[in-house]
Amino acid sequence: MKRVASAAAVVLTAWGLQASAQGRTTADGIAEYRKMLEDGNPAELFEARGEALWKQPRGPRNASLERCDLGRGPGVVKGAFVTLPRWFADTQRVQDLESRLLTCMETLQGISAEDVAKTPFGRGEQRNLEGLVAWIAAESRGMRFDLPQTHPEERAMYELGKRAFFYRGGSHDFSCASCHGEEGKRIRLQDLPVLTRNPGDGVGFAAWPAYRVSAGELWGMQRRLNDCYRQQRFPYPGYGSEVTIALGVYMGVNGKGAESIAPSIKR
Amino acid sequence: MTARGIMRSLAAVVLAGGAIAGCAVFSPGAALDARMADMMAASFRDQGIAKVDRLAQDLANEACSNAQGNDLPADLVRRIEAENMKTVKAPSDGRYLGDWKRGEAIAQSGRGMTWTDASAAPAGNGGNCYNCHELSKQEISYGTIGPSLHHYGRLRGVSDPGSPAARPIVEYTWGKLWNTRAYNACSNMPRFGHLGLLDEQQLRDLMALLLDPNSPVNR
Repeated sequence: MKRVASAAAVVLTAWGLQASAQGRTTADGIAEYRKMLEDGNPAELFEARGEALWKQPRGPRNASLERCDLGRGPGVVKGAFVTLPRWFADTQRVQDLESRLLTCMETLQGISAEDVAKTPFGRGEQRNLEGLVAWIAAESRGMRFDLPQTHPEERAMYELGKRAFFYRGGSHDFSCASCHGEEGKRIRLQDLPVLTRNPGDGVGFAAWPAYRVSAGELWGMQRRLNDCYRQQRFPYPGYGSEVTIALGVYMGVNGKGAESIAPSIKR
Repeated sequence: MTARGIMRSLAAVVLAGGAIAGCAVFSPGAALDARMADMMAASFRDQGIAKVDRLAQDLANEACSNAQGNDLPADLVRRIEAENMKTVKAPSDGRYLGDWKRGEAIAQSGRGMTWTDASAAPAGNGGNCYNCHELSKQEISYGTIGPSLHHYGRLRGVSDPGSPAARPIVEYTWGKLWNTRAYNACSNMPRFGHLGLLDEQQLRDLMALLLDPNSPVNR
């Protein structure tokens, strides 16, 4: 705990130094403090909490999540993260990590998926999800993304995700592609990954969930996409809504072969 | 109309278009179009000022979305640009230039129009300019999605924005800020005047930032 806390202080200092140094890209700065944090990313705190939550009997049924099937069989966590979103026969739909966890919480523990989906980020069961996604992602750290595209629904969701990615709307006419469709672009000093292809190891889809230093929070992909849509000036995407899952399929399949570094650390 | 209604009517147009063109209505593409409309309608909800009617697309947004980053056919480009050109309104009092200092503040601000903003009134909105463009050299934190606008007026030979010689550039710049799609069908830039993001005075102030010889953009 102490080690993580002091590491967090180092990050903040590093960020301050980085911001004042000109002529270096944000990516250089991030790469540098990511290296400094190799043995102390504050996401570790969330991971530890998530592992405990996975094993802890909870909810009206007083059951743990240890029989949850994340796509590789009941209870198999290692390697699951880099194959999501994927088709699930029991729910008859393609699910990402977070919507799948809602299914498991409901079926195994008796916790209402609808209630959790309606809970604001960072509160109640949503705080528990932060820990769970951190730990589940960490169990696949260093593995390469390999989403299945064998089921027709997985392929349909890829096509829908692609359409959603290019869908222009909102007050400002933005789409995901406005910022993530071209090589070598930035907003202010922030480098923007191109998400229409594999952007490289640990970039884009392969970097989330992530610990956000500026907020002191752990964000899963659902929250990341939610804030993208907020900045796009779109209406509010539901937690685990089909559009967010389709975008996950699109980005995840495009990132095939990219190494997962999640949970990573972000400004 | 609800978002679902808007999206369904859009899908109906797409399907009808396909039928008229002699395509199989139940081709995988048409089925996906209908599903896409349902997905968007079911996935989003109103939050604060950001309502689901923001998902409705005009011709420009529909065509540029469907192109998925590829070029549009030339005739469609002309149609979109002509439709958008019709929306450009000259300043009501004929004055095109305001105060570049206020313009700089508007260019710096990326605020406004999200579901966490209380009001959609232009007064609370920024222009987001530095997010995508270089403008004054003093500001090193600028984005690169749009071209550099450093020396915008100077490079275009504007020494007196009030002179008749400068008039075409002044009018073009106003039109570009009002509705960029009048000049570039799939431009990434927001349509500040046309979509009510900035008011006339805010646009005048941005005009001054770009065209006033004393503005840091031209120094």
